[in-house]
Amino acid sequence: MALDYSKKVMDHFMNPRNVGEIENADGVGEAGNPKCGDIMKIYLKVNPDTKIIEDVKFKTFGCASAIASSSMATELIKGRTVEEAWNLTNSAVAEALDGLPPIKMHCSVLAEEAIHTALNDYRKKNGMAEIPMEHHED
Amino acid sequence: MFVYLDHTATTPTSPEVLQAMTPYFGEIFGNPSSVYSFSRKSREAISKARGQVADALNADSSEIYFTGSGTEADNWALKGTLEKGKIAGKNHIITTAIEHHAILHTCEYLKKVEGAEVTYLPVDSEGFVSVDDVRKAITDKTALVSVMFANNEVGTIEPVAEIGALCHEMNIPFHTDAVQAAAHLKIDVKAMNIDMLSMSAHKMYGPKGVGALYMRKGLRPENFVHGGAQEHGRRASTENIAGIVGFGAAMEILQTRLADDIAVNSARRDKLIAGILERIPHAKLNGATGNHRLPNNINFSFIGVEGETLLLDLDAKGISASTGSACSSESLDPSHVLLALGLKHEMAHGSLRFTIGRLTDDKQIDYVLDVLPEIVARRRAMSPLWEDYIKGEK
Repeated sequence: MALDYSKKVMDHFMNPRNVGEIENADGVGEAGNPKCGDIMKIYLKVNPDTKIIEDVKFKTFGCASAIASSSMATELIKGRTVEEAWNLTNSAVAEALDGLPPIKMHCSVLAEEAIHTALNDYRKKNGMAEIPMEHHED
Repeated sequence: MFVYLDHTATTPTSPEVLQAMTPYFGEIFGNPSSVYSFSRKSREAISKARGQVADALNADSSEIYFTGSGTEADNWALKGTLEKGKIAGKNHIITTAIEHHAILHTCEYLKKVEGAEVTYLPVDSEGFVSVDDVRKAITDKTALVSVMFANNEVGTIEPVAEIGALCHEMNIPFHTDAVQAAAHLKIDVKAMNIDMLSMSAHKMYGPKGVGALYMRKGLRPENFVHGGAQEHGRRASTENIAGIVGFGAAMEILQTRLADDIAVNSARRDKLIAGILERIPHAKLNGATGNHRLPNNINFSFIGVEGETLLLDLDAKGISASTGSACSSESLDPSHVLLALGLKHEMAHGSLRFTIGRLTDDKQIDYVLDVLPEIVARRRAMSPLWEDYIKGEK
């Protein structure tokens, strides 16, 4: 199937922001599985005093929209507090990309889920209770 | 730079074919079914094309029926044969797990609407169907065996002559979907024991919108398209004369150059395969090798990378290719063919197919070998699967 991606999706796919890993990250989260063809892994560096996400990196296996969603999601939470980051929704990611094809919306859901998993990892490491989160099949 | 490496998807109509077709859009427009002498030219043109297709297959021209596509030919062969078989109490079809959707979805329809029973034979890791599996699957209810001549995704050439011989021994009609094979291999329906064979013109530098079904004399599956008495009363519709003429011309031209095409394409195919294996670590060739593989097919999986990303990266470099990844389909499942070969989901998602042809030259092969390693390496560097894989290796 030919997919017509927006210019923003293509930009974030061809030149993804924040690719990589963070050593001794304060939070690491992974979402997706090889079966569905998308895996996202997010690394967070959080300022212990301000609770601001000072750095964020990702690694993603998946299609163009999965890579673009990861790239955009990391851009959107960088410089935000952990609370603000938790409130980032998948539709905000998709909107920031000027939309995703309907069949690709799950990519933005995965980005939200990977961030939530990373934030919960951060909470756990800092002695806070994890926030219950929805798990998506794809 | 435009590097078209998707000849299995379709091919351009060649200038010679287009030239042969042109008069039938304008000056020679008569309806072949009309009585007056002007329409005879149209009848003669169709008759010539039927002969050209028949000659290429070592068939009789009365055994060639033009259709609207290869898909229609498949639909006709399966539906028409099962409907005929049901009258004699036979409602079982044997086919394979790696057929084109034109076969698989028709089988699903027949299960649902006609109560057919369908056996989908497995394939081995290179995509081969076992003749013995066909033998074991045959029952006294078997109405038809349909096994593709060569697979469109991975290029594996099936043992059709042996399967055909078995079917003749058991007195069961044998159909083969040769939509890809007919464009790349010499086919002799008599020597290969084929009763029915589907083809499509646009895979062999003919026009889109025309296909054909070869049916051995004496076979009478039910009609599929009902109406007028065209195609010996067996496939209604006013003939697509220009398309049929184009199909005949394309088929004849192909036969004159087939031996050279096979040699040239096989050499380029093997150069590309060897080059990829040499330059890209952990690249897996999908399908068979050598003479058991279509001369124009190259299909790889690259651990840790997803196919659609490779297609888009290649497209940015001017290269057109194809993938079995879910991301290029309507569903989230990757290619049924690659899964049937036993590939893990992530490997099936990471497949990349190049299919070469008349638009290909050696420079293009070198160009692909220049740009592909960097593309794969860059995408792997951002893949958590690749990271895990490399860690597992150490």
